[in-house]
Amino acid sequence: MAATQKEPVNITCAGPLNGMASGLLTWIDQRFPLMENWRSHLAEYYAPKNFNFWYYFGSLAMLVLVLQIVTGIFLTMHYKPDATLAFASVEYIMREVPFGWLIRYMHSTGSSAFFIVVYLHMFRGLLYGSYRKPRELLWIFGVVIYLCMMGEAFFGYLLPWGQMSYWGAQVIVNLFATIPVIGPDLSLWIRGDYVVSDATLNRFFALHVIAIPLVLLGLVAAHLLALHEVGSNNPDGIEIKAHKDAQGRPLDGIPFHPYYVVKDIYGVVVFLIVFAIILFFMPEMGGYFLEHNNFIPADPLKTPEHIVVVWYFTPYYSMLRAIPPMFNSQFPGVAVMGAATMILFLLPWLDRSPVKSIRYKGPIFKWALALFVVALVVLGYLGTVLTNEWGQFGAWMGGAERATVAARVFTLIYFLFFILMPWYSVIDKTKPEPQRVTG
Amino acid sequence: MNAMTSLARTLAFACACIALLLSPVASASGPGKLDHAPIDLRDAASLQSGAKIFVNYCLNCHPASVMRYNRLRDLGLTEEQIRENLLFSADKVGEMMNVGLTRKDAKESFGAAPPDLSVIARSRGADWLYTYMRAFYRDSGSLTGWNNLLFDRVAMPHALWTLSGQAALEVRDFKTEDAAIAAKLQTRSFSRLETSGEGDGKRYLLKTTRISTPGLQTAAQYDATVGDLVNYLVWMSEPDQLFRKHVGIVVLFVLLVLLVLTRALYKNFWKDVH
Repeated sequence: MAATQKEPVNITCAGPLNGMASGLLTWIDQRFPLMENWRSHLAEYYAPKNFNFWYYFGSLAMLVLVLQIVTGIFLTMHYKPDATLAFASVEYIMREVPFGWLIRYMHSTGSSAFFIVVYLHMFRGLLYGSYRKPRELLWIFGVVIYLCMMGEAFFGYLLPWGQMSYWGAQVIVNLFATIPVIGPDLSLWIRGDYVVSDATLNRFFALHVIAIPLVLLGLVAAHLLALHEVGSNNPDGIEIKAHKDAQGRPLDGIPFHPYYVVKDIYGVVVFLIVFAIILFFMPEMGGYFLEHNNFIPADPLKTPEHIVVVWYFTPYYSMLRAIPPMFNSQFPGVAVMGAATMILFLLPWLDRSPVKSIRYKGPIFKWALALFVVALVVLGYLGTVLTNEWGQFGAWMGGAERATVAARVFTLIYFLFFILMPWYSVIDKTKPEPQRVTG
Repeated sequence: MNAMTSLARTLAFACACIALLLSPVASASGPGKLDHAPIDLRDAASLQSGAKIFVNYCLNCHPASVMRYNRLRDLGLTEEQIRENLLFSADKVGEMMNVGLTRKDAKESFGAAPPDLSVIARSRGADWLYTYMRAFYRDSGSLTGWNNLLFDRVAMPHALWTLSGQAALEVRDFKTEDAAIAAKLQTRSFSRLETSGEGDGKRYLLKTTRISTPGLQTAAQYDATVGDLVNYLVWMSEPDQLFRKHVGIVVLFVLLVLLVLTRALYKNFWKDVH
């Protein structure tokens, strides 16, 4: 569209500034599609009017991403990516930098908050079938964002250079060593040394502060563009674009701005209250957000007796430990763990139900989803404890560890939720979808 | 959806998430229940006394390399007082609490370099430290002549023995687990329950310590001394922690005001959405 054909900018503020502001906006608009983007992504982006509680977490994830980037920038001003200095530089931030403790705790609490928010955001997708056609690519961008977040969290966790940083990285890099043929060379290439060392710390720093964040930002942009192309799903799982008024506006849609802007701002304040309670009064979160052992400087000669990954990785860690070595290799466990994330990509094509939302799905899906959530929570818990936590079975089970057997059962349930979906989603007794959203 | 139920559900969900995550992860593997450390970071007298014990008894071998001497001003001490009473291992109050003992020498003397104590309270936990410092006993079989009921065969000798006196290990032998547990419940301080033998010969051993040679302090006085020391270690592990909580209260207050305002804004805009 030529600049001269653009609709005139309408600014409603009163007073002498009106003319100037309007003139400036016109000047910009003739050179940059400012108002066009404003309209297509906010003022005239029509979102379903029946969003509920679950729909806060998308904007909250963006907020936490920004928090992480801003606090991260300030942390890099004082942090030293050097094996001999890293641990002390974090304590320097905590003690000597004015309000350094606040920046550090915002970042450490923020990383856990990011995962909480994103897990809830993904669960919303599961509830209302937000991954179904035409939102398959939107879902795929989301899963790639999730994988990047895991990378980002892993690289970042090495930086404080505590015992858990060090040994957690050692364990995870060693997972790559189990890949047949290329494994040993691959893990050496990742570490840049034969053990996790200063070389590893330096490259993880580079990956954490620039490489992955760049990719993340690009993916978030793609995720949003895809969303605004197809439009948001809603708790009824029906397309609001099917019913439009004379101007072509969805009858059940409302402009994102101002309606969802003011609603999300309110959601942000509720989130910040919870965030502030954790940050100011329980920043370690009982050892889940900041692990006790990570206050011991990394010691390559002293392996901790209990290496625990941070809570957001524990379901996968449980799966890894549950799968026994086969053919003298740990690779099967690693492969299962990898498959557990990769299977998310297939979700849009596994669900063959005639309806999208859980509101109209039948009892089989509801039970399957409930079992899936229980499996994730139990696997998550088991990943935080030793495998002998629940003792052993008697001789009839060959004295197997109860926790390991449980982890195997729940790993199976995790996979069956996806693998059996093409069948149970078809035979499930669904209810008819409404024509218009139900509020 | 009704606005109030929506808000209530949001808050209930948030609380549930927090409750789920709050069940603590064990900070140190250790048998039995640890003794509870009397921590009070508002008790300046206790923190000052703890600082004195720390500088006199711990800082000869253990560094606190990220802790500056003049940070002790936060405990109500002046730079003068710090310089005159507490500055043994450095020349200036702006220096870090380092020690002359190198890691290499320490390793040769003790077999293990004494750990830096700057954030020890955050890795071990206050209760562990409080119990540990009160669980030393004489053991002729060990290199230093000391052993510890909480940390078996620890390389560290009992640094506060002149105060506490010397304890001896007491082992009581029980045939049944119930009897051993009953006896354990009656012990006032930390104890450890172990088993020996198999099958019918299985015995339950209850290990405790008892002062055999008294020191300069009574048991109660020594408990208070260790309490002060651990209180100081907890403070030193994050000197800004009280300030953090104060800031938190102000921030929460501001957020609560914002909550009311943003909620009113949201409700006002949404009046015309049906």
